[in-house]
Amino acid sequence: MAGFNKVVKSYDEALDGLKDNMFLMVGGFGLCGIPENLIKKVHETGVKGLTIASNNAGVDGFGLGILLEKKQVKKMISSYVGENALFEKQVLSGELELELTPQGTLAEKIRAAGAGIPGFFTATGYGTVVADGKDIKMFNDRPYVLEPAFPKADFALVKAWKADTYGNLIFRKTAANFNPMIATAGIITVVEVEEIVEAGELDPNFIHVPGIYVDRLIKGSFEKRIEQRTVKK
Amino acid sequence: MALSREQIAQRISRELQDGYYVNLGIGIPTLVANYVPNGMEVMLQSENGILGMGEFPTEDKVDADLINAGKQTVTVTKGAAFFNSADSFAMIRGGHVDLTVLGAFEVDQTGALASWMIPGKLVKGMGGAMDLVAGAENIIVAMSHASKDGASKILKKCSLPLTGVNCVKLVVTDLAVLRLENGKFHLLERAPGVSVEDIKRLTEAELIIPAVVPEMTF
Repeated sequence: MAGFNKVVKSYDEALDGLKDNMFLMVGGFGLCGIPENLIKKVHETGVKGLTIASNNAGVDGFGLGILLEKKQVKKMISSYVGENALFEKQVLSGELELELTPQGTLAEKIRAAGAGIPGFFTATGYGTVVADGKDIKMFNDRPYVLEPAFPKADFALVKAWKADTYGNLIFRKTAANFNPMIATAGIITVVEVEEIVEAGELDPNFIHVPGIYVDRLIKGSFEKRIEQRTVKK
Repeated sequence: MALSREQIAQRISRELQDGYYVNLGIGIPTLVANYVPNGMEVMLQSENGILGMGEFPTEDKVDADLINAGKQTVTVTKGAAFFNSADSFAMIRGGHVDLTVLGAFEVDQTGALASWMIPGKLVKGMGGAMDLVAGAENIIVAMSHASKDGASKILKKCSLPLTGVNCVKLVVTDLAVLRLENGKFHLLERAPGVSVEDIKRLTEAELIIPAVVPEMTF
């Protein structure tokens, strides 16, 4: 009897059921707050034809960048890419499809997917290529673009800071970014964390994401690579 | 003399007001943070999830979990808050950010702005720029007035793919400060030593020139 205990013992178990051509959402902004060990495991499984919604696409050799090495990704949905030579090469050669989405729209498409909202109107992108082919509606004399929500992700891959065994999550600083919404939007939501405590040990006042959204939880160890180390002298 | 990047930032900083929440884009806009007037409190929003962004950390304070929207390591100031990306863009789209400063390749007299895509070059993406221009009531565009070979970037109609429409209000270039009103740019100030004729020659858009155009001072 597992009850509400979401903890799994291995990364194999965490990604059990992952198959070719699935739709994944992956948390992180740049390399900050990415589920780096889950991504490594996706790489190791060798599944192909993935569609991935994630704000960025990692760098060469780290983060989502490693999934390009064996051409596991069919399509990326992101707001900003191109820290990544292999990514550029695959987009330019047509091997990798790229759908650019404004960052706020991306966040809202994920949030809406988790909240059972099929679409929403936003002023973002009106009059630009982003609105091409989409319905426009006037509210208070201003035009808005109808943006469909994403479908739920087959796997939502999330990095949080702390969790209890029931899957209640707490994030740290800017490593939250897209992770809290992505946690809500998975058919199977898998979360890797730095620390797991017993249920009851986290103050319910300070839970960022309640455990109801979380299906599998695993404790990892993280490199936390820094993309641009800028310091004051 | 055309303004330096620092001077453009310095001029923009004069538009700040006490108690403003401000989002600064990458490039020249980032430099505005260096010129916040003494005694004024301004809080910087970074769209990856910070209100109250501070300066770069000292080596011993570097934290991989604390970066800005340019993916650089940063610190936070007194009274800062962290939040997720949906909350961050609710702030932006909901019109809660008092001032947004961003760069552009081109602006035009219809109020459109192009900043994210040059056809023929690899497109890296719009990031949060489309959300920022659609959501902000108060936008300042920091840009160069013309290309190196003298082609105006202040146009009747943008030639590049747009970031947003009906969003340009105040533009600070290396040559001038321009306010867009009723479909025309009004020349408010000129860079030291730059003549009204120079600005006119490098402005393709319709330009309203008052009798006196003061020189900026630094």
